[in-house]
Parts: sequence; C-alpha cells; structure tokens
Amino acid sequence: MLSDALAWPRHAAWPEDRALAQWQRDGATALRAPPVGTAYGVLLNHCAALAALGDAVHAAPYKAPPRAPVLYIKPRNTFVGHGDTVPVPEGVDELEVGATLGIVIGREACRVGEADALACVAGYTVCNDVSVPHASFYRPSLRFKCRDGFLPMGPWVIAARHVADPDALAVRVHLDGRLVQQTSTAGMQRPVARLIADVSAFMTLAAGDLLMLGVAAGAPRARAGQRVRIEIDGIGALENPLVADGGA
Amino acid sequence: MKHARIAWGGAVRSAIATGSGLRLTDGTVLAEEQAVWLPPVQPGTIIALGINYADHKKELAKELTIGAKDEPLAFLKGPNALVGHRGRTHRPADAAFMHYECELAVVIGKYAKRVKRADALKHVAGYTIANDYAVRDYLENWYRPNLRVKNRDGATALGPWLVDAADVPDPQDLSLRTFVNGELKQQGHTRDLIDDVPALIEYLSSFMTLAPGDLILTGTPEGVVNVNPGDEVVCEIEGLGRLVNTIVSEGS
Repeated sequence: MLSDALAWPRHAAWPEDRALAQWQRDGATALRAPPVGTAYGVLLNHCAALAALGDAVHAAPYKAPPRAPVLYIKPRNTFVGHGDTVPVPEGVDELEVGATLGIVIGREACRVGEADALACVAGYTVCNDVSVPHASFYRPSLRFKCRDGFLPMGPWVIAARHVADPDALAVRVHLDGRLVQQTSTAGMQRPVARLIADVSAFMTLAAGDLLMLGVAAGAPRARAGQRVRIEIDGIGALENPLVADGGA
Repeated sequence: MKHARIAWGGAVRSAIATGSGLRLTDGTVLAEEQAVWLPPVQPGTIIALGINYADHKKELAKELTIGAKDEPLAFLKGPNALVGHRGRTHRPADAAFMHYECELAVVIGKYAKRVKRADALKHVAGYTIANDYAVRDYLENWYRPNLRVKNRDGATALGPWLVDAADVPDPQDLSLRTFVNGELKQQGHTRDLIDDVPALIEYLSSFMTLAPGDLILTGTPEGVVNVNPGDEVVCEIEGLGRLVNTIVSEGS
C-alpha cells in the first residue's frame, strides 16, 4: 500500500514514494503514467452534465436517463504520463478535455456496500479523459475515445489517507496558462463511495484498476499546439501538450 | 498447434493439446478433466463486436435503429469477464433473458497501427472460441451494449486453447455451432461476417494501436436463446474446438 505519493520516474526501475510536498518542491518531470490495470470511465455522472442534455434524455434513442452507472473502458493504448503529448487526429479541429479524478483501486471490490467502499481505494490521481467531441452517447465510441494517447494520467498517485474528502476537491483546467474551467469533484450523481458500490454490484474492480469519477459539464476544448494543465487540489497537476498527428 | 493455459499441481502451466491429452513442457501428459482450464491468453485490450453477422442483424431488426452504412459496432470488455473452458457462468437471479454468443476470437500477435487489409492477417497470432454472454434485462440506450449487460464477472468464456494462425488457413471459412444440453441451437458461418477479420483489424488499427495479446471477439450469428442454471452450453468452431460452459445460479 502507498505511504505518501507514489510516482514512476521514466528512467528508474522502481517507483518512488515521497511526501507530496517533496514532489511538488522537486517538480514532476519525466514521470511515466501510473501502471494501472483496466481504466473505467463513467458517462454523465456529473449532475449538471446530465442536466445539460435536457429533454433529449427522454427522447429517442435514449428514451430514459441512465439507471445503473454507464461505464466505458479506456484501453492501454490510451495511457500516457505527465508531459507526454496527446495526438490530435488529422481532420479534427479540437479535442475535448475531460478533467476527472482518478480513483486507483487497492483492494478487490466485489459487491461492496457504500460504507466499505472507500476502504478499497489505494489512492487518487489526475486524469484527462480525452475525447473527439461527439454528440451521441447511444453507441460506445472507440473511434472518439480510445485513440492512442487519449488518457493522460498522473503525475503521481496520492495515498487515500491523505485525501480527507475526495468528493470536495477543486478542479481547474488551464490552456496555455489561462484558466478555462473551474469545477470540483462535488455534484456527482454518484460520489466516490457510491460509485464504487454501484459498479461493484455488477462487476469486480481489481486491485490496480482505475475508475474515473466523471467529467464535469462544460468540458473545455483544446487545439493542437496548446498545453493542457489540469489541477486537482490536494492531488496534483497534470500537464500535456496537444500535437497534430501526421497520419490518418 | 493448440496452446492451453491450465492450473495443475498448484501452478499455472502452459500445455499443448494433443490427441492423447494435454502435454506440459516437462513432458507430463494429463487428461482434459485433470486440469483447471484458464483463458488461453492473458488478455490486453478486449474488443468485442456487436451485430456483425447479417443474419443476427435481421434477428435483432425490430429493436435496431442503425442503418446499413454505420461503422462497426465495437465495444470493450475488462479481464474480469473472462473464464476458461469448462468454467461456470452465473445467471443473475432477477434476469429474464440471458443468452450465449458463440464467436470467433482473434488474438493479436504483432503491433498493428494503420494496417491495411492486405497485411492484416500477418498481425494475428491465432484464434480461439469465445462465448460472450449477454444479460439483456440490463440493456440501456447509453453506450449500448452497456457494461452491465456485457462485462459481468466470468460471463465471457474463452478457449479451450489458442490455435496458431498458421493452422487456420482461412478465418472466413469456419462454421460455428452452439449446443445447449446437447441440442443444436445456433448455427452460422464466418463467411457471413459483415466486417471480416482483415476489415476489423484495418478499422481498429486506423485509430488505435493493437498490441500482442489484444483480443477481437468478432460477433455472433443468429440463434440466441435464453439459458438457465444447470444448462451446459457448448460453442463449437470448425477446426478450433469445442468450448464448454455451465450456467449456475448466483451464489452457487
């Protein structure tokens, strides 16, 4: 289990466990993505994000708002670390920046109750759940969500015991140093413990898996050439430049 | 060759399936029943296809809203879903309609990025059989088919073994059959795939790099029926083998 803040230096065989303050003082250069297992995202967990769809949730093709947590998987080809580039596909003007809290599972979670759920958490990290903007959520969309480099995460994983309330953390997104979104981890239909409980009711989360709490309404968009910085108070700041992808 | 992963004698072992049994690398030969069969590959990314057989598409036509020109319906699954040959799959107590799906499973053997159709099969390590159960009661119209339907623990049987690509000259020429308690219920042929194996590799690798160990479950033909606790479901693919799975009630 983590003692403080675990980071994976790019040129070292082993992760380093330090106090968060020390990482912040020394800077977070040359770190790899935390080596997570399966990465799960949750669609429209943020109440305002669901509300932004208005009456459309009752119309075809959805016909009703989501009942159980609607999950999606970000596969391993999407995983990149702090400082790594995010490729912007040819023909795409902007990518959606999906700032979200990453919950790293530490203990296998199968049918856990809400009261026991936080005991399954090893720690937290910062995630950028990148998408090509798309209007329909009817079908899963690998082409829009699962491209290489579409899940920057890091810079480190903060041990859960250092995070008093994961459901009340300020989240800020900067583009080239300019603040473009200011939200928090509050206002979720399912806060952290409830989400783990409701997901583990139908599938097991394994130690090392990553569960992303959810992207807030009004996710900003960014272009190739811009630098995205996502800060979550008490966790860290994740920075990644967007670059135009040469190929198809 | 047929490559199996088994648990035996307190360890996970690799084995070659032969006519006379399972041969371990140290020469030990076991009968099929002596081993605990594990999924034959430790999976990377698990990609599954929906509605990829023309006949199954017709079967589902009443509830479909997609047109003929849509791109492949691909979704992902976690490793929690896999269970090996002769494994058990739970049927939730409140489910009214849970069905099997016999599918040709492709195992990637080489990194594939922007691979063209003509080169696609060079990136395949081999093939196995998947039985990708769905619990239709939990379908919602959000990222459909949602993970509560398709990513349940142990609800994707895989195996019995990995057959080398070299031993499968044409993945588009394989018949599929599913038997429930010995009775033939589902029948199809990979020539009826809407997007065949090379097309799927070309499509997926156009936006995501496929890596060795990644799996593509290519979809199921028509003939899916409800299964109940106690049912033995056998999925058979010509030249690959027979994948046996038993449905059990939750909590058993």
